[in-house]
Amino acid sequence: MNIQRLRGLIRKEFIQIIHDPSAIGIAFVMPVFLLFLFGYGVSLDARNVPVAIVVDQPTAETSAFIAGLQQSSYFVPKPYSDIAVAERAVMEREVDGILWLRNEFSRQLLQKNTAPASVLVNGVNANNAQILEGYIQGVWQNWLQHYAQDLGVPLAVPAVNQNRIWFNPALRSRDYLVPGLIAIIMTLIGALLTALIVAREWERGTMEALMVSPVTIGEILLGKLIPYFLLGMGGMLFSVLLAVSLFNVPLVGNFWILLLLSALFLLTALGMGLLISSITRNQFVASQVAVIVTFLPAFILSGFIFDIQSMPTVIQMITHIIPARYFVSILQTLFLAGNIWSTLLWNSLALLLMATFFLSMTRLNSRKRLD
Amino acid sequence: MWIRIWALVIKEFLMLLRDKKSRFVIIGPPIIQFLVFGYGATFDLNHIPYAIYNEDPGFASRELVARFQGAPSFQQVAIIDSNRAISPLINQQKALLVLHIDPLFTRNLLRHQPGKVQVIIDGRNSNTATLALSYVNNILFSFNKYWTEAYHWERPPAQLDIRAWFNPNLLSRWFIVPGIVALLMLVVTLLVTGLSVAREREQGTFDQLLVTPMSPTEILLGKAIPGLIIGGLEGILIALVAVFWFQVPFMGSIVALSLGMFLFLLAAIGIGLMISSLAVTQQQGLLGVFMFIIPSIILSGFATPIANMPPLIQKLTYLNPLRYFLIIVRGVFLEGDAINNLWTQYVPLAIIALFSMTAAAWLFRNRV
Repeated sequence: MNIQRLRGLIRKEFIQIIHDPSAIGIAFVMPVFLLFLFGYGVSLDARNVPVAIVVDQPTAETSAFIAGLQQSSYFVPKPYSDIAVAERAVMEREVDGILWLRNEFSRQLLQKNTAPASVLVNGVNANNAQILEGYIQGVWQNWLQHYAQDLGVPLAVPAVNQNRIWFNPALRSRDYLVPGLIAIIMTLIGALLTALIVAREWERGTMEALMVSPVTIGEILLGKLIPYFLLGMGGMLFSVLLAVSLFNVPLVGNFWILLLLSALFLLTALGMGLLISSITRNQFVASQVAVIVTFLPAFILSGFIFDIQSMPTVIQMITHIIPARYFVSILQTLFLAGNIWSTLLWNSLALLLMATFFLSMTRLNSRKRLD
Repeated sequence: MWIRIWALVIKEFLMLLRDKKSRFVIIGPPIIQFLVFGYGATFDLNHIPYAIYNEDPGFASRELVARFQGAPSFQQVAIIDSNRAISPLINQQKALLVLHIDPLFTRNLLRHQPGKVQVIIDGRNSNTATLALSYVNNILFSFNKYWTEAYHWERPPAQLDIRAWFNPNLLSRWFIVPGIVALLMLVVTLLVTGLSVAREREQGTFDQLLVTPMSPTEILLGKAIPGLIIGGLEGILIALVAVFWFQVPFMGSIVALSLGMFLFLLAAIGIGLMISSLAVTQQQGLLGVFMFIIPSIILSGFATPIANMPPLIQKLTYLNPLRYFLIIVRGVFLEGDAINNLWTQYVPLAIIALFSMTAAAWLFRNRV
């Protein structure tokens, strides 16, 4: 290892980066752009859901219930004259569900029988439908309780549930999506930055030129790794800053631990990109592989948005080879729950293993020889 | 004219399929990804890990616990006997929730008084927590219903009956799998077309193409047709897997889906070629494709509903071809839509396709 030569290589890489600024774009513009986009665009909290209301026979009781719906920020109740019109509104996606208080509702209520009310939800988006059902149930229970109280017979419910929600009491989905998002952004930055650079040298024939020079293969790889590592860490810091200042995501854990583990993850992602690049030696194939093995798996299989524990066992096993999975877990823990050592340690160990694997595979794959 | 276009199409296919590695990356991964993601991308909770902390020795609490143990979506991981045992379980994500039953539960119930149950839940993943709580509430509802009837409690004055249309069991897979069909079609088409002009520019062969007698329209068609064929074939294949492997119901018309696929592919190809002709190097082309793919997935309603986004961003989604195609795919699969229900989706797709194709053809000549 010769420091002089290494410095030369790093300088050359930086000059190239400045020459074609798409690398700077990847490292700095992309995180900001993505954080804005995801931070504002991705939310699983249903608010202002349009719900059709059909009341066959309005009475004081029915209007009390509908007032309850109107007060909730979850719904935008829209009155419809009869059920057929409301059903058409569901078909045309104007409303997500129907609440139907039939003729019998008020009559049965007055006669102190159990009065029936129907709710129809559009189940196409199953997740949203589940949440909507939960909200409607909540308003319904509330109304029942008030109604029973007004009659002087408090509602007798056998088992009463009190929830205590840890780490994210308001259940804001942004608080867990934004940290996970940083993992996805880092995967992209790391792999995209390096996926093309070695392939490009092969394609342009400059790799051969490097080979006849006295630099060793280790120096070439380090010369690639160090500049992009610095760029990537810059992007990472920027993302954390934005998450905390702009999106008000609490950072409960320690900042320096976050930085250290991010560096570890970045090495893994860069290693993955370098490996792809050195195996394919072709920019088109490298870019295809980078997209296929980085963004989509990180988006779907990392636990960022879909819960890993809900996946079938085989798929859960596959998630273990996706580096983003460990980093998502680290970030969600550090941001929301704090320094929980056992979780952090286990995930960092996995990342360390993967970084070593990718980097040493790259080293093995890049001998000084021409095929 | 057609002979010249045909020659260019053959050349494009040769470029894409000649190399074994690039042949594989176009065909293999989308299918593998579809299978893996089809299973992986689910919001349904089927093994919620939970722990029981039951301080009540009575039979009522045992009855309640038995309902959790019998529920297929719940998986008991521990029985604990102190408050201190709760936080390690939840902190280390061994249990998503702890069900804590009050010592006086049975006694209160037998006196016709409410018995207390506390659910301590890990809110880190707020969506999972919300869903798990609604599962818990469902079990409590059915327990309460049983208890009210068996022990002659006062019946509630009214009862709510909830049903779901189009997806009666609320399987999120029915929602996500058709979405992945659209998603993978977009990714494959953009990657095939997005780098095609950039590669020729980087290698200098695009200038040669421009000095041939071919008109920009002919070059455009020659570049677009391979994307249309590859994207179309993969789309059809993936849709078949969705129906026959994942058993997602196909209620609507095949013609409506095909028309949607065709227009969507045209839009995606137009955008791919536009990006590609703006880029000077393949790295820029790739970056451009990414900068388009990611927002268009996020802002399409694929995983998170458009209705939850801020109004300004909702307006932005009207520019996104994936938004329209997702409605078409899901409408045809689950809601049984035919062509006449979907004009409001076809027209914007056609406009995007027309605009992006024209822009790409113009850029061929005028961007140097």
